[in-house]
Amino acid sequence: MHILEVENLSFAYQDNYILKNASFKIDKGDFVGIIGPNGSGKSTLVKLMLKILTPEKGQIRIFGEDIKKFSQWSKIGYISQKANSFNGAFPATVNEVVGVNLLANTGLFKRKPPDYDKRIYDVLKMVGMQEHGNKLIGRLSGGQQQRVFIARVLVSQPEIMFLDEPTVGIDAKSEEALYCLLARLNEELGITIIMVTHDIGAITVHANKLICLGENGLTVHETSEPFTDKVLSELYGYSVQIHGHQCNNCDHMRQSRDEKC
Amino acid sequence: MLEIFQYDFMINAFIVGILIAVIIPCIGVVIVLRRLSIMGDALSHVSLAGVAAGLAFGINPVISAVVFAVAASLCIEKIRKSIPRYGEISTAVIMSVGIGLAAILSGFVTSANFNSFLFGSLIAINKFEKYLIMALSIVVLALFLLLYRALFYITFDEESAKLAGIPVPIVTFVFTVLTAVTISISSRVVGTLVVSSMMVLPVAVSMQIAKSFRQTVVFSVLFSVFFVVSGLFISYYLNLKPGGTIVIMGVTTLITTLLSKGFAGKVKRKD
Repeated sequence: MHILEVENLSFAYQDNYILKNASFKIDKGDFVGIIGPNGSGKSTLVKLMLKILTPEKGQIRIFGEDIKKFSQWSKIGYISQKANSFNGAFPATVNEVVGVNLLANTGLFKRKPPDYDKRIYDVLKMVGMQEHGNKLIGRLSGGQQQRVFIARVLVSQPEIMFLDEPTVGIDAKSEEALYCLLARLNEELGITIIMVTHDIGAITVHANKLICLGENGLTVHETSEPFTDKVLSELYGYSVQIHGHQCNNCDHMRQSRDEKC
Repeated sequence: MLEIFQYDFMINAFIVGILIAVIIPCIGVVIVLRRLSIMGDALSHVSLAGVAAGLAFGINPVISAVVFAVAASLCIEKIRKSIPRYGEISTAVIMSVGIGLAAILSGFVTSANFNSFLFGSLIAINKFEKYLIMALSIVVLALFLLLYRALFYITFDEESAKLAGIPVPIVTFVFTVLTAVTISISSRVVGTLVVSSMMVLPVAVSMQIAKSFRQTVVFSVLFSVFFVVSGLFISYYLNLKPGGTIVIMGVTTLITTLLSKGFAGKVKRKD
């Protein structure tokens, strides 16, 4: 089943076209990476799919429904780029940050649901942060903060999760743990993951579909096609090589990932 | 009974002062965390222009200040929407308008009452103003409590709040109007020139010790009430301007808190 369909999508900032007649489909349970050079329109594409921006032309359907009429936004989770650069001195606890999404979905003026504390604890446990509920969010490391933001999205039980460069500013170990967590959510809970990233090595291992934005517009790569240095070089417009991750041999990497996660 | 409470104007000042002390930091928490402190300054200058207009044309200055500040808040939102990438320009433009209008209109004011709005006054609050300020304070507090969750979410992450179904433009608009009303009615007690400091100081002290957002709000209110009550006592007995005294109490508390925190940190590191 196509959970998200984009057809002939065009978007321009003033006269500068970021996207032109872009089309692709995302299925339920997909792990999608959106890659491309800076300014190629990765975040813009995500914002269009979330109705934060309005396209100039084209159509987007979520769960088969036109995005203009779509109202079940609690099925969608979003971790924005700004989540990485939030005010570190913001005086809020992890429980408050996660709970606010639950309350927003429950109703702004209604009383807390009876299982409020349990639901927050359960999602924090899912991301391995249950011991940190009463800590201030600003006191956590970058990797831990990202886990909390994922928990905030999970608390409303989404079917699709959008992440915009979630690994910016976090160390390699936390990055690997984050990818493992996302892979687990994708495989065990069936959550469709759509992620903007520059981590070409890691995303080619975890994603089953890559949406590539570059000088030649938008192209989609499935895992059945080899994601070679040549493809990547064409995308970025200069010679690029994938080191460390043998993405021409992704099966081997996935096996290694499964062992680590 | 203490001598200070033998006068009706002092009892009025305490009633109005405490109510204002409760609502100012509620608005202030959001203003500080959204880094909109300059909006407080802009609206206080416009409300001063409203005071001058009221005094010049024989209208109650608190009412005209509220009308001017609310109109200014609507203009800020309108300009912000027209130039979204440089939204802060709207605040600077309105601030300039406020200063300009206040300067021109003050030339038509013959009453000495105008000065009492600059730094606040205890004796100037009449019965009508007392009830007006009480009613508006209760409305501001009720709306703040109603929008508490939405304001927290928008302050923390506006884009996600939008996606979670929170009507961000409506909440932002209501909040801007609440800010305008709070600033206008507070200027009677603490003065237009210091009201924006009162939005920031209790929150700044509270953020040094609070362990959650809820605590930050509660502690800000408690500190604000302490600043106002102690400021009113000191200003009465030492014959000082109440607005200035209240702000100096706030600054002293902030410095003491920062020094104590620094000292406690050093002791902890030595252990």
